Amino acid sequence: MKLIIAVIQPNRLEAVKAALAEVEVFRLTVMDVQGFGRQRGHTEMYRGHEFTVNLVRKVQLTIAVNDAFLQPTVDAIIKGGRTGPDGAIGDGKIMILPLEECIRIRTGERGGAAI
Amino acid sequence: MKPMRTLAWMSLLIGGFSLATVFDGGASWAHAENVEVKAVTWGQMTVDEKLDALQASALKLDESGAVSGSGIYVDSDVLWVCLAAFLVFFMQAGFAMVETGFTRAKNACNIIMKNLMDFCLGTLAFWIVGFALMFGVSYHGWFGTSGFFYDAGNNSFDWAFLLFQTVFCATAATIVSGAMAERTKFIGYLAYTVAITVIVYPIFGGWVWNGAGWLAGLGFRDFAGSTVVHSVGGWAALAGAIVLGPRMGKYVGKEIKAIPGHNIPIAALGVFILWFGWFGFNPGSTTAIGGGDFALIAVATNISGAAGALGAMICSWICFKKPDISFTLNGALAGLVAITAGCNCISVPYAALTGLLAGFLVVGACVLIDRLRVDDPVGAISVHGVCGAWGTLAVGLFAGDAGLFCGGGLGLLGTQALGVAVAFLWAFPASMGIFLAIKATIGLRVSPEEEAEGLDLIEHGIHAYPPSIVTVTGAVAPAAGVPTSFALPAAAPGAAGVALESA
Repeated sequence: MKLIIAVIQPNRLEAVKAALAEVEVFRLTVMDVQGFGRQRGHTEMYRGHEFTVNLVRKVQLTIAVNDAFLQPTVDAIIKGGRTGPDGAIGDGKIMILPLEECIRIRTGERGGAAI
Repeated sequence: MKPMRTLAWMSLLIGGFSLATVFDGGASWAHAENVEVKAVTWGQMTVDEKLDALQASALKLDESGAVSGSGIYVDSDVLWVCLAAFLVFFMQAGFAMVETGFTRAKNACNIIMKNLMDFCLGTLAFWIVGFALMFGVSYHGWFGTSGFFYDAGNNSFDWAFLLFQTVFCATAATIVSGAMAERTKFIGYLAYTVAITVIVYPIFGGWVWNGAGWLAGLGFRDFAGSTVVHSVGGWAALAGAIVLGPRMGKYVGKEIKAIPGHNIPIAALGVFILWFGWFGFNPGSTTAIGGGDFALIAVATNISGAAGALGAMICSWICFKKPDISFTLNGALAGLVAITAGCNCISVPYAALTGLLAGFLVVGACVLIDRLRVDDPVGAISVHGVCGAWGTLAVGLFAGDAGLFCGGGLGLLGTQALGVAVAFLWAFPASMGIFLAIKATIGLRVSPEEEAEGLDLIEHGIHAYPPSIVTVTGAVAPAAGVPTSFALPAAAPGAAGVALESA
């Protein structure tokens, strides 16, 4: 079992959801988050003065998967998450963590069956 | 116990005040009974009554064909002045929205309260004292001496005139609010509002608009108040911004930081409302519909406002590579302010030029005032003070009958320049003195902690928006180097961002 945490562009969320649906990943948690990467955000202009908005809005996906689903899920996020055919700066990252346990609250099922 | 006792004292004061007004107003009530009209329909009237009614409403012509005093004619002037006053009143909403939009979310309630209460206090103070000092029987052209607790009896036009002048006075008062936004103690602001409506505005206004005023006697022209209302308000705002000092985080070392407003659409709505109100401000200043001058005045007003926005947009586009929204909005107001003095005597092409130059001027003035480290969050000093002065001078340049470019020579221009200088030399030092007095007594500026937290929570006990929104918007400030307490929650996601990067 793995936990996938992906930070993506907010405007790619619908494409990522569609791509995930194609590989039959229907379990997904979405959060609004803010952050910055190597560019440290972007600059804006107000009344003649430039200023930096370094906390940029992103969307974070949290998906728990069984090992067999890992690669299709990651591929789907990359496919849906890229801006343009080659992608662009700010398209985000995917992080994969080992998942120790998973429990369905309703039934008490544990492990892969609970995902 | 102490708050209760204060409350009791306040009720006593208010009680005594209302008693005084009842005595004062007694005469007018008796008057109203005398002139009470019997409610009869046309069909119930006798022939004589019908003839009398027709006689009263008919237009009277003199030998030259000029129309004069019939009931309906006077009534329509009253209606026009009242309608114009209602439009100018709505400008209060415009100012409130512009100032709210151009400042941060954590101070929105405070801005609204300032704009509401300066109108309310200003209305009372102007009726009790200001109107008398401005329009009463003049003491050698310097100040009026009659008409305190103004009572026009059964003269409808004078009541309409009081309302019209009250909303003008409130406009001058509310200009100050924007330049002093986000750091002024509420009670200190209220004190200043009373001072400008009973001293600064009416004294200067009387010099120009009281028939016996000394500036009017010299031939100084300010038709609807580029100087009387806008420059006076703008110079008072300058004094306020200087005495207060800049907002925390605005000037850090050698850098000038941007502190973006939190709601540009609301600011834009405010500008549209102000523009709408200006159709009462300038055309209404005819205070009469005879001759229909108000139509041309409305066109000149509109053209100048449009040209002002265009000028500011072009200027900001050239200077900052983008057509800056807040400067363009300021530019529309700058054009409207500038044509206010000469809307009755500047031809339409020159009105366009007046506005266009005001648009350039307002951007330059904003940048210059910022470089001088006078923090004016909404550009009030540039829009009203500087462009009011420009518009008053423009009368000397472009007035159809006596302007320099219309073959009139330098005479009028000189008089206009004198008036502009007198406005500054009166409004700026007088306001400076009042602000310093307030600073030394009840205090003018909030504590640094309160400024960081936002005036809404500490002064008024409530946020304008759900706290999460206020916090997010506040997070812009630390990016601009502002050490607010809102930096703390904002720092958490920032730290997460660093972790992301290192991973």
